[in-house]
Amino acid sequence: MIRLSGIVKRFGDAPALKGVELSVAEGSVTALIGPSGSGKSTLLRCVNLLEVPQQGRVQVGDEAISFDDTPRPSREAIRRLRRQSGMVFQSFQLFPHQNVVQNVAESLVTVLDWTREEAEAHSLDLLKKVGMAHKAREWPANLSGGQQQRVAIARALAASPKVLLCDEPTSALDPELAAEVVDVLRRLAAEGTTMLMATHDLRLAATIAHQVVFLEDGEIRESGSAQHIFTQPKHPRTQAFVSTLRETVLEDWSI
Amino acid sequence: MPHWLSLMVDSFWPLLYAGVVFTVPLTLLSFAGGLLLGFAVALARLFGPSPLVKVARFYVWFIRGTPLLVQLFVIFYGLPNIGIVLDAFPAALIGFTLNVGAYTSEVIRAAIASVPRGQWEAAYSIGMSWTQAMRRTILPQATGLAVPPLSNSFISLIKDTSLAAALTVPEIFQAAQRIASVTYEPFILYSETALIYLFFSSVLSSAQTRLEARFGRHSSPLGAAG
Ligand SMILES: Nc1ncnc2c1ncn2[C@@H]1O[C@H](COP(=O)(O)OP(=O)(O)O)[C@@H](O)[C@H]1O
Ligand SMILES: [Mg+2]
Repeated sequence: MIRLSGIVKRFGDAPALKGVELSVAEGSVTALIGPSGSGKSTLLRCVNLLEVPQQGRVQVGDEAISFDDTPRPSREAIRRLRRQSGMVFQSFQLFPHQNVVQNVAESLVTVLDWTREEAEAHSLDLLKKVGMAHKAREWPANLSGGQQQRVAIARALAASPKVLLCDEPTSALDPELAAEVVDVLRRLAAEGTTMLMATHDLRLAATIAHQVVFLEDGEIRESGSAQHIFTQPKHPRTQAFVSTLRETVLEDWSI
Repeated sequence: MPHWLSLMVDSFWPLLYAGVVFTVPLTLLSFAGGLLLGFAVALARLFGPSPLVKVARFYVWFIRGTPLLVQLFVIFYGLPNIGIVLDAFPAALIGFTLNVGAYTSEVIRAAIASVPRGQWEAAYSIGMSWTQAMRRTILPQATGLAVPPLSNSFISLIKDTSLAAALTVPEIFQAAQRIASVTYEPFILYSETALIYLFFSSVLSSAQTRLEARFGRHSSPLGAAG
Protein backbone atom coordinates (compact mmCIF):
# COMPACT_ATOMS: atom_id res chain seq x y z
CA MET A 1 0.00 0.00 0.00
CA ILE A 2 2.95 2.27 0.77
CA ARG A 3 6.26 1.70 -0.94
CA LEU A 4 9.17 4.05 -0.41
CA SER A 5 12.41 3.49 -2.23
CA GLY A 6 15.68 5.32 -1.84
CA ILE A 7 14.14 8.35 -0.13
CA VAL A 8 16.68 11.11 0.40
CA LYS A 9 15.60 14.32 2.11
CA ARG A 10 17.98 17.13 2.96
CA PHE A 11 17.24 20.41 4.73
CA GLY A 12 19.84 22.66 3.21
CA ASP A 13 22.97 20.54 3.50
CA ALA A 14 21.77 18.54 6.49
CA PRO A 15 20.47 15.12 5.49
CA ALA A 16 17.34 14.10 7.41
CA LEU A 17 16.70 10.88 5.46
CA LYS A 18 19.52 8.96 3.81
CA GLY A 19 17.95 6.56 1.36
CA VAL A 20 15.04 4.99 3.19
CA GLU A 21 13.35 1.82 1.90
CA LEU A 22 10.01 0.95 3.45
CA SER A 23 6.92 -1.04 2.54
CA VAL A 24 3.63 -1.15 4.36
CA ALA A 25 1.23 -3.89 3.32
CA GLU A 26 -2.45 -3.23 2.86
CA GLY A 27 -4.38 -3.58 6.11
CA SER A 28 -1.24 -3.60 8.25
CA VAL A 29 0.11 -1.21 10.85
CA THR A 30 3.72 -0.06 10.92
CA ALA A 31 5.19 1.82 13.87
CA LEU A 32 8.20 4.09 13.42
CA ILE A 33 10.31 4.37 16.53
CA GLY A 34 13.58 6.14 17.11
CA PRO A 35 15.20 8.94 19.06
CA SER A 36 14.00 12.49 18.67
CA GLY A 37 15.50 14.02 15.52
CA SER A 38 15.99 10.65 13.86
CA GLY A 39 13.68 11.59 10.97
CA LYS A 40 10.37 9.96 11.89
CA SER A 41 8.27 13.05 11.18
CA THR A 42 10.20 13.81 8.03
CA LEU A 43 9.62 10.28 6.77
CA LEU A 44 5.88 10.50 7.41
CA ARG A 45 5.75 13.90 5.75
CA CYS A 46 7.51 12.50 2.71
CA VAL A 47 4.67 10.00 2.34
CA ASN A 48 2.07 12.76 1.91
CA LEU A 49 4.60 15.18 0.41
CA LEU A 50 4.31 17.90 3.01
CA GLU A 51 8.06 17.51 2.53
CA VAL A 52 9.21 16.80 -1.00
CA PRO A 53 12.20 14.45 -1.07
CA GLN A 54 15.19 15.18 -3.30
CA GLN A 55 15.57 11.58 -4.41
CA GLY A 56 13.65 8.34 -4.40
CA ARG A 57 10.22 7.13 -5.26
CA VAL A 58 7.04 7.40 -3.23
CA GLN A 59 4.12 5.11 -3.94
CA VAL A 60 0.88 5.30 -1.98
CA GLY A 61 -2.16 3.35 -3.12
CA ASP A 62 -2.54 3.79 -6.85
CA GLU A 63 -0.29 6.82 -7.19
CA ALA A 64 3.47 7.04 -7.43
CA ILE A 65 5.97 9.82 -8.02
CA SER A 66 9.65 9.47 -8.70
CA PHE A 67 11.86 12.33 -7.52
CA ASP A 68 15.04 11.35 -9.34
CA ASP A 69 14.06 13.11 -12.56
CA THR A 70 14.97 16.76 -12.71
CA PRO A 71 11.61 18.40 -13.42
CA ARG A 72 9.82 18.91 -10.14
CA PRO A 73 6.54 16.99 -10.05
CA SER A 74 3.49 19.12 -10.79
CA ARG A 75 1.28 20.41 -8.01
CA GLU A 76 -1.51 18.32 -9.46
CA ALA A 77 0.56 15.14 -9.18
CA ILE A 78 1.52 16.00 -5.62
CA ARG A 79 -2.11 16.56 -4.67
CA ARG A 80 -3.21 13.30 -6.28
CA LEU A 81 -0.66 11.39 -4.28
CA ARG A 82 -1.48 13.33 -1.12
CA ARG A 83 -5.15 12.37 -1.40
CA GLN A 84 -4.19 8.73 -0.97
CA SER A 85 -3.46 9.40 2.70
CA GLY A 86 -4.84 11.18 5.72
CA MET A 87 -2.68 12.58 8.51
CA VAL A 88 -3.02 12.93 12.26
CA PHE A 89 -0.70 15.46 13.90
CA GLN A 90 0.83 15.50 17.35
CA SER A 91 -0.82 18.87 18.07
CA PHE A 92 -4.20 17.91 16.53
CA GLN A 93 -4.45 20.99 14.29
CA LEU A 94 -8.22 21.04 14.16
CA PHE A 95 -9.58 24.11 12.40
CA PRO A 96 -10.50 26.37 15.33
CA HIS A 97 -13.05 28.41 13.36
CA GLN A 98 -15.14 25.37 12.49
CA ASN A 99 -17.13 23.11 14.77
CA VAL A 100 -16.42 19.41 15.09
CA VAL A 101 -18.61 18.16 12.26
CA GLN A 102 -17.49 20.97 9.95
CA ASN A 103 -13.89 19.99 10.62
CA VAL A 104 -14.57 16.42 9.57
CA ALA A 105 -16.70 17.41 6.58
CA GLU A 106 -14.21 19.98 5.28
CA SER A 107 -12.36 17.73 2.83
CA LEU A 108 -15.61 16.35 1.44
CA VAL A 109 -17.16 19.78 0.93
CA THR A 110 -14.13 21.70 -0.28
CA VAL A 111 -12.02 19.11 -2.06
CA LEU A 112 -14.54 16.53 -3.24
CA ASP A 113 -17.50 18.91 -3.81
CA TRP A 114 -20.01 16.92 -1.82
CA THR A 115 -23.14 18.72 -0.72
CA ARG A 116 -23.02 19.86 2.91
CA GLU A 117 -25.85 17.48 3.88
CA GLU A 118 -24.14 14.40 2.44
CA ALA A 119 -20.80 15.46 3.87
CA GLU A 120 -22.16 16.03 7.36
CA ALA A 121 -24.09 12.75 7.34
CA HIS A 122 -20.92 10.86 6.41
CA SER A 123 -18.95 12.86 8.99
CA LEU A 124 -21.42 11.97 11.73
CA ASP A 125 -20.91 8.28 10.95
CA LEU A 126 -17.17 8.76 11.35
CA LEU A 127 -17.66 10.73 14.56
CA LYS A 128 -19.72 7.83 15.93
CA LYS A 129 -16.82 5.54 15.16
CA VAL A 130 -14.44 7.64 17.24
CA GLY A 131 -17.04 8.21 19.97
CA MET A 132 -17.43 11.92 19.30
CA ALA A 133 -20.87 12.18 17.67
CA HIS A 134 -22.31 13.79 20.81
CA LYS A 135 -19.91 16.73 20.38
CA ALA A 136 -20.66 17.30 16.69
CA ARG A 137 -21.66 20.97 17.17
CA GLU A 138 -18.95 21.80 19.70
CA TRP A 139 -16.00 24.12 19.01
CA PRO A 140 -12.60 22.41 19.11
CA ALA A 141 -11.42 24.82 21.82
CA ASN A 142 -14.01 23.35 24.19
CA LEU A 143 -12.76 19.76 23.84
CA SER A 144 -10.10 17.88 25.79
CA GLY A 145 -6.91 16.94 23.96
CA GLY A 146 -8.01 13.33 23.63
CA GLN A 147 -11.34 14.41 22.16
CA GLN A 148 -9.62 16.77 19.74
CA GLN A 149 -7.34 14.00 18.58
CA ARG A 150 -10.27 11.66 18.02
CA VAL A 151 -11.96 14.31 15.92
CA ALA A 152 -8.70 14.78 14.03
CA ILE A 153 -8.64 11.06 13.29
CA ALA A 154 -12.18 11.27 11.91
CA ARG A 155 -11.17 14.27 9.80
CA ALA A 156 -8.17 12.40 8.42
CA LEU A 157 -10.40 9.48 7.43
CA ALA A 158 -13.26 11.51 5.97
CA ALA A 159 -12.19 11.38 2.33
CA SER A 160 -11.59 7.61 2.62
CA PRO A 161 -7.80 7.64 2.17
CA LYS A 162 -5.95 4.40 1.53
CA VAL A 163 -3.54 5.06 4.39
CA LEU A 164 -3.63 6.82 7.76
CA LEU A 165 -0.41 8.56 8.80
CA CYS A 166 -0.02 9.44 12.48
CA ASP A 167 2.80 11.59 13.83
CA GLU A 168 3.06 10.86 17.56
CA PRO A 169 -0.71 10.96 17.98
CA THR A 170 -0.58 10.51 21.77
CA SER A 171 2.56 12.46 22.70
CA ALA A 172 0.71 15.65 23.61
CA LEU A 173 -1.75 13.83 25.86
CA ASP A 174 -1.94 12.78 29.50
CA PRO A 175 -1.99 8.98 29.95
CA GLU A 176 -5.78 8.66 30.39
CA LEU A 177 -6.46 10.83 27.38
CA ALA A 178 -3.83 8.96 25.38
CA ALA A 179 -5.63 5.73 26.25
CA GLU A 180 -8.85 6.81 24.53
CA VAL A 181 -6.89 7.69 21.39
CA VAL A 182 -5.02 4.38 21.48
CA ASP A 183 -8.39 2.64 21.77
CA VAL A 184 -9.68 4.33 18.65
CA LEU A 185 -6.52 3.51 16.70
CA ARG A 186 -6.64 -0.08 17.88
CA ARG A 187 -10.21 -0.41 16.64
CA LEU A 188 -9.27 1.08 13.27
CA ALA A 189 -6.36 -1.36 13.01
CA ALA A 190 -8.67 -4.26 13.77
CA GLU A 191 -10.94 -3.10 10.94
CA GLY A 192 -8.01 -3.28 8.55
CA THR A 193 -7.01 0.36 8.24
CA THR A 194 -3.52 0.64 6.81
CA MET A 195 -1.46 2.83 9.14
CA LEU A 196 2.01 4.24 9.41
CA MET A 197 2.69 5.95 12.71
CA ALA A 198 5.58 7.53 14.52
CA THR A 199 5.29 6.96 18.23
CA HIS A 200 7.07 6.79 21.57
CA ASP A 201 4.03 5.12 23.05
CA LEU A 202 4.87 1.49 23.74
CA ARG A 203 1.23 0.59 24.21
CA LEU A 204 0.58 1.85 20.74
CA ALA A 205 3.62 0.34 19.06
CA ALA A 206 3.64 -2.98 20.87
CA THR A 207 -0.05 -3.77 20.81
CA ILE A 208 -1.17 -2.47 17.42
CA ALA A 209 1.78 -2.61 15.08
CA HIS A 210 2.46 -5.59 12.89
CA GLN A 211 5.77 -4.16 11.83
CA VAL A 212 8.10 -1.95 13.87
CA VAL A 213 10.81 0.09 12.21
CA PHE A 214 13.69 1.58 14.18
CA LEU A 215 14.99 4.78 12.63
CA GLU A 216 18.19 6.53 13.64
CA ASP A 217 20.03 9.38 11.96
CA GLY A 218 17.79 9.23 8.92
CA GLU A 219 18.42 5.55 8.33
CA ILE A 220 16.48 2.41 9.11
CA ARG A 221 18.66 0.41 11.52
CA GLU A 222 16.33 -2.50 12.04
CA SER A 223 12.81 -3.56 11.32
CA GLY A 224 10.66 -6.57 12.09
CA SER A 225 7.65 -7.73 14.01
CA ALA A 226 6.80 -5.90 17.22
CA GLN A 227 7.70 -9.09 19.09
CA HIS A 228 11.12 -9.20 17.47
CA ILE A 229 12.01 -5.53 17.92
CA PHE A 230 10.81 -5.27 21.49
CA THR A 231 12.05 -8.57 22.85
CA GLN A 232 15.13 -9.57 20.86
CA PRO A 233 16.46 -6.64 18.83
CA LYS A 234 19.68 -7.47 17.01
CA HIS A 235 21.19 -4.05 16.50
CA PRO A 236 22.89 -2.68 19.65
CA ARG A 237 21.38 0.79 19.03
CA THR A 238 17.92 -0.73 18.86
CA GLN A 239 18.57 -2.63 22.07
CA ALA A 240 19.66 0.55 23.81
CA PHE A 241 16.69 2.53 22.51
CA VAL A 242 14.11 -0.12 23.33
CA SER A 243 15.42 -0.39 26.89
CA THR A 244 15.03 3.38 27.38
CA LEU A 245 11.48 3.11 26.08
CA ARG A 246 10.69 0.34 28.55
CA GLU A 247 12.02 2.31 31.46
CA THR A 248 9.60 5.10 30.74
CA VAL A 249 6.60 2.79 30.82
CA LEU A 250 5.70 1.45 34.23
CA GLU A 251 2.81 -0.80 33.37
CA ASP A 252 3.65 -4.29 32.15
CA TRP A 253 2.91 -4.86 28.54
CA SER A 254 2.42 -8.14 26.87
CA ILE A 255 2.74 -8.98 23.25
CA MET B 1 -33.75 81.22 20.18
CA PRO B 2 -30.29 82.42 21.27
CA HIS B 3 -27.98 83.46 18.48
CA TRP B 4 -25.52 80.57 18.97
CA LEU B 5 -28.29 78.01 18.82
CA SER B 6 -29.87 79.35 15.66
CA LEU B 7 -26.40 79.47 14.12
CA MET B 8 -25.92 75.82 14.98
CA VAL B 9 -29.31 74.84 13.62
CA ASP B 10 -28.74 76.78 10.40
CA SER B 11 -25.38 75.19 9.76
CA PHE B 12 -26.42 71.70 10.85
CA TRP B 13 -28.01 70.72 7.54
CA PRO B 14 -25.17 71.91 5.30
CA LEU B 15 -22.68 70.07 7.52
CA LEU B 16 -24.74 66.89 7.60
CA TYR B 17 -25.24 67.12 3.85
CA ALA B 18 -21.48 67.42 3.33
CA GLY B 19 -21.03 64.39 5.57
CA VAL B 20 -23.55 62.21 3.79
CA VAL B 21 -22.64 63.24 0.26
CA PHE B 22 -18.85 63.54 0.54
CA THR B 23 -17.32 62.34 3.84
CA VAL B 24 -19.16 59.02 4.07
CA PRO B 25 -18.71 57.98 0.39
CA LEU B 26 -15.06 59.06 0.48
CA THR B 27 -14.52 57.00 3.63
CA LEU B 28 -16.36 53.91 2.44
CA LEU B 29 -14.92 53.87 -1.08
CA SER B 30 -11.34 54.50 -0.06
CA PHE B 31 -11.57 51.96 2.76
CA ALA B 32 -12.97 49.30 0.44
CA GLY B 33 -10.33 50.08 -2.19
CA GLY B 34 -7.63 50.25 0.48
CA LEU B 35 -8.61 46.85 1.85
CA LEU B 36 -8.39 45.24 -1.59
CA LEU B 37 -5.07 46.92 -2.24
CA GLY B 38 -3.83 46.02 1.24
CA PHE B 39 -4.80 42.39 0.73
CA ALA B 40 -3.01 42.25 -2.61
CA VAL B 41 0.10 43.88 -1.13
CA ALA B 42 0.05 41.52 1.85
CA LEU B 43 -0.12 38.51 -0.49
CA ALA B 44 2.67 39.94 -2.62
CA ARG B 45 4.88 40.43 0.41
CA LEU B 46 4.17 37.00 1.86
CA PHE B 47 4.06 34.84 -1.23
CA GLY B 48 5.18 36.89 -4.23
CA PRO B 49 8.39 36.55 -6.23
CA SER B 50 11.20 38.67 -4.86
CA PRO B 51 10.90 41.64 -7.29
CA LEU B 52 7.24 41.97 -6.32
CA VAL B 53 8.15 41.73 -2.64
CA LYS B 54 10.56 44.63 -3.15
CA VAL B 55 7.99 46.78 -4.92
CA ALA B 56 5.45 46.08 -2.17
CA ARG B 57 7.96 46.89 0.57
CA PHE B 58 8.92 50.13 -1.13
CA TYR B 59 5.29 51.18 -1.43
CA VAL B 60 4.56 50.52 2.24
CA TRP B 61 7.78 52.22 3.33
CA PHE B 62 7.06 55.30 1.23
CA ILE B 63 3.44 55.76 2.26
CA ARG B 64 4.07 55.15 5.94
CA GLY B 65 7.06 57.45 6.00
CA THR B 66 5.41 60.53 4.47
CA PRO B 67 2.55 62.72 5.73
CA LEU B 68 -0.87 61.97 4.32
CA LEU B 69 -1.43 65.66 3.60
CA VAL B 70 1.74 65.79 1.50
CA GLN B 71 0.64 62.66 -0.40
CA LEU B 72 -2.70 64.29 -1.15
CA PHE B 73 -0.98 67.50 -2.35
CA VAL B 74 1.34 65.55 -4.64
CA ILE B 75 -1.64 63.84 -6.24
CA PHE B 76 -3.93 66.85 -6.61
CA TYR B 77 -1.56 69.81 -6.99
CA GLY B 78 1.59 68.02 -8.13
CA LEU B 79 0.48 65.57 -10.79
CA PRO B 80 -0.92 68.28 -13.14
CA ASN B 81 2.71 69.40 -13.65
CA ILE B 82 3.41 66.09 -15.35
CA GLY B 83 0.16 66.19 -17.30
CA ILE B 84 -2.13 64.23 -14.97
CA VAL B 85 -5.06 66.39 -13.96
CA LEU B 86 -7.57 64.95 -11.50
CA ASP B 87 -10.73 66.37 -10.02
CA ALA B 88 -10.61 66.94 -6.29
CA PHE B 89 -12.79 64.00 -5.27
CA PRO B 90 -11.02 61.34 -7.37
CA ALA B 91 -7.66 62.74 -6.28
CA ALA B 92 -8.67 62.45 -2.63
CA LEU B 93 -10.07 58.97 -3.24
CA ILE B 94 -6.81 57.82 -4.79
CA GLY B 95 -4.75 59.38 -2.02
CA PHE B 96 -6.77 57.83 0.80
CA THR B 97 -6.93 54.45 -0.95
CA LEU B 98 -3.14 54.35 -1.33
CA ASN B 99 -2.72 55.38 2.28
CA VAL B 100 -5.21 52.86 3.67
CA GLY B 101 -3.70 50.16 1.44
CA ALA B 102 -0.25 50.59 2.95
CA TYR B 103 -1.40 50.47 6.57
CA THR B 104 -3.90 47.66 6.17
CA SER B 105 -1.42 45.55 4.20
CA GLU B 106 0.71 45.39 7.34
CA VAL B 107 -2.24 44.34 9.47
CA ILE B 108 -3.38 41.73 6.97
CA ARG B 109 0.12 40.40 6.46
CA ALA B 110 0.67 40.00 10.20
CA ALA B 111 -2.71 38.31 10.61
CA ILE B 112 -2.06 35.81 7.81
CA ALA B 113 1.46 35.13 9.05
CA SER B 114 0.27 34.50 12.58
CA VAL B 115 -1.94 31.56 11.61
CA PRO B 116 0.19 28.58 12.67
CA ARG B 117 2.01 26.65 9.95
CA GLY B 118 0.31 23.51 11.20
CA GLN B 119 -3.01 24.87 9.93
CA TRP B 120 -1.64 25.03 6.38
CA GLU B 121 -0.35 21.50 6.79
CA ALA B 122 -3.67 20.23 8.13
CA ALA B 123 -5.43 21.83 5.15
CA TYR B 124 -2.95 20.33 2.67
CA SER B 125 -3.15 16.95 4.38
CA ILE B 126 -6.87 16.70 3.64
CA GLY B 127 -6.18 17.45 -0.02
CA MET B 128 -6.69 21.19 -0.32
CA SER B 129 -4.86 23.30 -2.85
CA TRP B 130 -3.08 26.50 -1.82
CA THR B 131 -6.10 28.58 -2.82
CA GLN B 132 -8.54 26.36 -0.96
CA ALA B 133 -6.36 26.36 2.15
CA MET B 134 -6.10 30.15 1.99
CA ARG B 135 -9.80 30.69 1.49
CA ARG B 136 -11.22 28.05 3.80
CA THR B 137 -8.64 27.70 6.57
CA ILE B 138 -6.22 30.60 6.77
CA LEU B 139 -8.27 33.68 5.91
CA PRO B 140 -11.17 32.94 8.25
CA GLN B 141 -8.69 32.73 11.13
CA ALA B 142 -6.69 35.73 9.96
CA THR B 143 -9.90 37.75 9.69
CA GLY B 144 -10.66 37.22 13.35
CA LEU B 145 -7.23 38.64 14.20
CA ALA B 146 -7.36 41.50 11.69
CA VAL B 147 -10.82 42.91 12.37
CA PRO B 148 -10.01 44.92 15.53
CA PRO B 149 -6.96 46.74 14.11
CA LEU B 150 -8.70 47.21 10.75
CA SER B 151 -11.70 48.82 12.36
CA ASN B 152 -9.37 51.19 14.16
CA SER B 153 -7.92 52.20 10.78
CA PHE B 154 -11.45 52.72 9.58
CA ILE B 155 -12.31 55.09 12.42
CA SER B 156 -9.07 57.02 11.84
CA LEU B 157 -9.94 57.27 8.17
CA ILE B 158 -13.31 58.93 8.86
CA LYS B 159 -11.46 61.68 10.70
CA ASP B 160 -8.57 61.84 8.24
CA THR B 161 -10.96 62.59 5.37
CA SER B 162 -11.12 66.12 6.81
CA LEU B 163 -7.75 66.62 5.11
CA ALA B 164 -9.61 66.48 1.79
CA ALA B 165 -10.81 70.01 2.61
CA ALA B 166 -7.35 71.15 1.57
CA LEU B 167 -8.02 69.65 -1.86
CA THR B 168 -11.28 71.65 -2.18
CA VAL B 169 -13.47 68.59 -1.67
CA PRO B 170 -16.66 70.00 -0.10
CA GLU B 171 -16.77 67.50 2.77
CA ILE B 172 -17.73 68.31 6.38
CA PHE B 173 -14.67 70.29 7.36
CA GLN B 174 -14.60 72.29 4.14
CA ALA B 175 -18.28 73.14 4.62
CA ALA B 176 -17.48 74.27 8.16
CA GLN B 177 -14.66 76.51 6.97
CA ARG B 178 -16.90 78.03 4.35
CA ILE B 179 -19.66 78.84 6.88
CA ALA B 180 -17.16 80.08 9.46
CA SER B 181 -15.66 82.49 6.99
CA VAL B 182 -18.98 84.30 6.56
CA THR B 183 -20.44 84.04 10.07
CA TYR B 184 -17.27 84.87 12.02
CA GLU B 185 -18.26 82.33 14.69
CA PRO B 186 -15.46 79.79 14.47
CA PHE B 187 -15.82 78.53 18.04
CA ILE B 188 -19.44 77.52 17.64
CA LEU B 189 -19.00 76.18 14.13
CA TYR B 190 -15.91 74.09 14.68
CA SER B 191 -17.38 72.73 17.91
CA GLU B 192 -20.46 71.68 16.01
CA THR B 193 -18.24 70.17 13.34
CA ALA B 194 -16.44 68.13 15.99
CA LEU B 195 -19.81 66.84 17.21
CA ILE B 196 -20.80 65.85 13.71
CA TYR B 197 -17.58 63.87 13.26
CA LEU B 198 -18.23 62.33 16.66
CA PHE B 199 -21.67 61.29 15.47
CA PHE B 200 -20.36 59.64 12.29
CA SER B 201 -17.48 57.87 14.00
CA SER B 202 -19.72 56.63 16.83
CA VAL B 203 -22.28 55.21 14.43
CA LEU B 204 -19.52 53.47 12.52
CA SER B 205 -17.73 52.17 15.61
CA SER B 206 -20.90 50.59 16.90
CA ALA B 207 -20.91 48.70 13.62
CA GLN B 208 -17.31 47.79 14.43
CA THR B 209 -18.30 46.32 17.80
CA ARG B 210 -20.90 44.13 16.14
CA LEU B 211 -18.39 43.01 13.51
CA GLU B 212 -15.83 42.08 16.16
CA ALA B 213 -18.40 40.11 18.09
CA ARG B 214 -19.29 38.20 14.96
CA PHE B 215 -15.71 37.27 14.14
CA GLY B 216 -14.63 36.78 17.73
CA ARG B 217 -17.20 34.03 18.31
CA HIS B 218 -14.92 31.00 18.53
CA SER B 219 -11.56 32.62 18.94
CA SER B 220 -11.39 32.34 22.73
CA PRO B 221 -8.45 29.96 23.11
CA LEU B 222 -7.16 29.88 19.54
CA GLY B 223 -4.17 28.19 21.16
CA ALA B 224 -5.81 24.85 20.51
CA ALA B 225 -4.25 25.15 17.07
CA GLY B 226 -0.76 25.96 18.27
N1 LIG C 1 11.66 22.12 8.24
C1 LIG C 1 12.89 21.74 8.63
N2 LIG C 1 13.95 22.53 8.37
C2 LIG C 1 15.19 22.18 8.75
N3 LIG C 1 15.49 21.03 9.37
C3 LIG C 1 14.49 20.20 9.67
C4 LIG C 1 13.14 20.52 9.32
N4 LIG C 1 12.35 19.49 9.73
C5 LIG C 1 13.17 18.59 10.31
N5 LIG C 1 14.44 19.01 10.29
C6 LIG C 1 15.61 18.26 10.79
O1 LIG C 1 15.56 16.95 10.30
C7 LIG C 1 15.93 16.01 11.30
C8 LIG C 1 14.81 15.01 11.51
O2 LIG C 1 13.73 15.67 12.14
P1 LIG C 1 12.34 14.97 12.43
O3 LIG C 1 11.90 14.25 11.21
O4 LIG C 1 11.42 16.01 12.97
O5 LIG C 1 12.72 13.92 13.57
P2 LIG C 1 11.76 13.16 14.57
O6 LIG C 1 10.36 13.31 14.12
O7 LIG C 1 12.25 11.74 14.52
O8 LIG C 1 12.01 13.76 15.92
C9 LIG C 1 16.27 16.80 12.54
O9 LIG C 1 17.66 16.98 12.56
C10 LIG C 1 15.58 18.12 12.32
O10 LIG C 1 16.28 19.16 12.94
MG1 LIG D 1 8.73 14.21 15.12
